Amino acid sequence: MSRVIEMLQEFRRRDRVFPFIQEAAPAPLLDARHGPILYIEDVTKSFDGFKALDALTLYVDDGELRCIIGPNGAGKTTLMDVITGKTQPDAGLAWFGSRMNLLRMSEHAIAQAGIGRKFQKPTVYENLTVQENLELAMHTDRGLLRSLFWHMGGEQRDQLDEVMELIGLEQRRHKEAGSLSHGEKQWLEIGSLLMQNPRLLLVDEPVAGMTGHETEQTAELLVSLAGKHSVVVVEHDMDFVRSIARKVTVLHQGSVLAEGSMDQVQNDPRVREVYLGEED
Amino acid sequence: MRQLFITRIATLHSPLGWLLFALLVAAVLVLMPVLNRVVPPDSFFHVPNWALTLMGRFLCLALVALALDLIWGYTGILSLGHGAFFALGGYVMGMHLTRNNFADGGVPNFIQFLGQSDWPWFWVPFQWFWFTALMILLVPGVLAFVFGFFAFRSRVRGVYFAIITQALTFAMMLLFFRTETGVGGDTGLTNFRTLLGFSVRDADTRLALYLISGLALILSYLLCRFIVTSKLGRVLTAIRDSESRVRFTGYNPLRYKLFVWTLSAMLCGLAGALYVPQTGVINPGEMAPAQSIEMAVWVALGGRGTLVGALAGAGIVNGMKSWVTAVYPDLWLYFLGALFVFVTLFLPRGVVGLFDRFFKRGGQA
Ligand SMILES: Nc1ncnc2c1ncn2[C@@H]1O[C@H](COP(=O)(O)OP(=O)(O)OP(=O)(O)O)[C@@H](O)[C@H]1O
Ligand SMILES: [Mg+2]
Repeated sequence: MSRVIEMLQEFRRRDRVFPFIQEAAPAPLLDARHGPILYIEDVTKSFDGFKALDALTLYVDDGELRCIIGPNGAGKTTLMDVITGKTQPDAGLAWFGSRMNLLRMSEHAIAQAGIGRKFQKPTVYENLTVQENLELAMHTDRGLLRSLFWHMGGEQRDQLDEVMELIGLEQRRHKEAGSLSHGEKQWLEIGSLLMQNPRLLLVDEPVAGMTGHETEQTAELLVSLAGKHSVVVVEHDMDFVRSIARKVTVLHQGSVLAEGSMDQVQNDPRVREVYLGEED
Repeated sequence: MRQLFITRIATLHSPLGWLLFALLVAAVLVLMPVLNRVVPPDSFFHVPNWALTLMGRFLCLALVALALDLIWGYTGILSLGHGAFFALGGYVMGMHLTRNNFADGGVPNFIQFLGQSDWPWFWVPFQWFWFTALMILLVPGVLAFVFGFFAFRSRVRGVYFAIITQALTFAMMLLFFRTETGVGGDTGLTNFRTLLGFSVRDADTRLALYLISGLALILSYLLCRFIVTSKLGRVLTAIRDSESRVRFTGYNPLRYKLFVWTLSAMLCGLAGALYVPQTGVINPGEMAPAQSIEMAVWVALGGRGTLVGALAGAGIVNGMKSWVTAVYPDLWLYFLGALFVFVTLFLPRGVVGLFDRFFKRGGQA
C-alpha cells in the first residue's frame, strides 16, 4: 500500500514527469550567483530608421520560466536575435550571467556557452534523418576532429531514445526530416533543444501548428524544464501563456510595456489598449 | 581503441557495398593490368598501352570529381575554380619533371628568354622529389586555405562564391600565361623525360603511373567515405541545409567549411600531379574557366552527394569527350552545354538518382 502511495507521489511531482530532464549541461564560465542569468539593458536596434528594439531592459532569473507576449512586430524575435548573436544591437548591453558579454561573442560561442534556441519558423536539417538531427544537437564537443571520430556512447543512446519517445517520432527515426509535417518539425526542433541541454532556452512560438493535446504536452514540458533551466517563451496563444506563465513581459514597439503575473498584466489598461484590446 | 577503429571502417559500406567496392578495385588494380600485359596483343580483350594511359588519366579526373563532390554535393558550396587547384598540382609536378630534364645543367628556353642563365629562386627546390611531393599538397592547400578563410569569414555563399572561384581560376590563368611568371607562359611545361630515374614514356612507368593513380583514387575515396559517414559529414550536410542553425547549435561552420574546402583542393592537386606525367604537358589552358565548369558537370551528371555518382559522372563525361572530340572536334562545347541543360532539367539527382528510382520502383513492383 505504501508502495502505491510512494509511486503516486512520485508520479505527481511535476518536475519529474520527464525522467531524462537532468541538470543543464555544465557551463563553466557562467556565473549566475548574483541573481539574473540574463541581463538585457537599454538595448536599441533600428532597421533603416525603424526602431525594432527601443531601450529595452529585461532581466531573467536563473531557473525562471518567462513568457514574452506582444503584438506582431513588437520586437520579440529581434530580441532573441540579439541574445543569440545573430543581430548586433546599435546600443545597450547583453550579458549571460555576470561574466559573459554576449555582444562580444559569436553565434556558435554563445550556443556553446549554454543558450539554446528554437526558431519561430521551424528549421530542421531537411536532408538528415530525425535521428541524425538529434545526434547533431547532442551536447558534445563541437570540435572538428572530435566530430570526425565521434561515436555514440551507451548513455547518449539512452538519452536519444528517451527524447525520441517524448517527441513521438520513433516511427520516423530514419525518415528524412524534410518529409515531416509542420507539427512534427516543431517537435523535432524541441527535441533537438532538449538534446542540446542548454542552461537558457529561448523558445519562439513553440505551439504554432500544434493540436490541443500537443499544446498541453508542450506546456507540461516547458514547466518541468524550468527550475533546472531558465526558459524564455515567446507565444501568441493566450491560453497557452496562461497555462504556463508565472511572470509575463509585454513588449510593445520595442520596449517593455508591462511586467508581472498574467492577471496583473491582463488588467493593465495600457496592455488592454495595445494588445488584448485587439483580440476582444 | 584499435578495435573501435576497425569496426568503424567496416561500417563505411554495407556488405553488398563492400563487395562492389572489392570488385571495382580488382578491376582497376588487377584486371586492367592483366589485360594489358598478359593477354596477347592480337586478342580482342587486349588493352593497349595508350588505352591504359587514357584510363590512368580518367582515374585522376575521377579524383577531381570526388573532391568536388565533397565540397559541392555534401557541403553545398559550388566551386567553379577547382581547375586552378588541379593545375597547380600539375604545375608542381611539371616543374619537377622539367628540372629533371636539365639535371646535367642548362635551363629551358623560356627562362633564357627572360634574360637569365640560371634557374629563378623558386625553381631551385623543385629539383628534389620529396619537396615536390610536399608542394603537390601544400601549394593548392595553402591557396585554398587563404582564399577560403576570407571568403567564408565574410560569409560569401552560393552563387557569389561560385563566381569568385571562377575569378580565381581566371586570374591564375592570366598569371600563368605571362612569360615573366617563369613557368613557361602559354606553352606551359612539356617534353618530360624522367621521373625518379624512370623514363615517363616507358610502358612500365606508364603502368606504374596508372596503378598509382588507381591507388590514390581508392584511398581518397575511402577517406572521403570516412568523412561523409562520420558526424563531421553530417555537420557538412547540416551546413548545406541550414548554416545558421548549425551556428546556433554551437558548431563553428567556418572551421568545417575551411577543412573540407582545403582538403578538396589538396585532393585536386594530387590528381593534377598524377595527371601531368600521363599527358606529358601542363599549360595555363587547364585553368580556363570552362575547365572548372566542366568538372561541375561531371558531378552534376553523376549525382551530387553520393561520391560514387561523381566517379561515374567523371567517367561518363570524359568517355564521351574522348569520343566526340575524336569524331567531331568542334562540337564538344555545344555537346557539353546541351548535356548540362539536359541534366539540370531531367536528371536533378544525376545518374545515381535515376538508378535509385529505378531500383525503388523495381522493389515495389
Ligand atoms: N532584418 C530585418 N530588417 C529589417 N527589418 C526587420 C528585420 N528584422 C526585423 N525587422 C522589423 O523589426 C520589427 C520587429 O520584428 P520582430 O520579428 O522582432 O517582431 P516579432 O515581435 O517577433 O513579431 P511576430 O509576432 O510577428 O513574430 C518588425 O517590424 C520587422 O519588420
Ligand atoms: Mg517573431
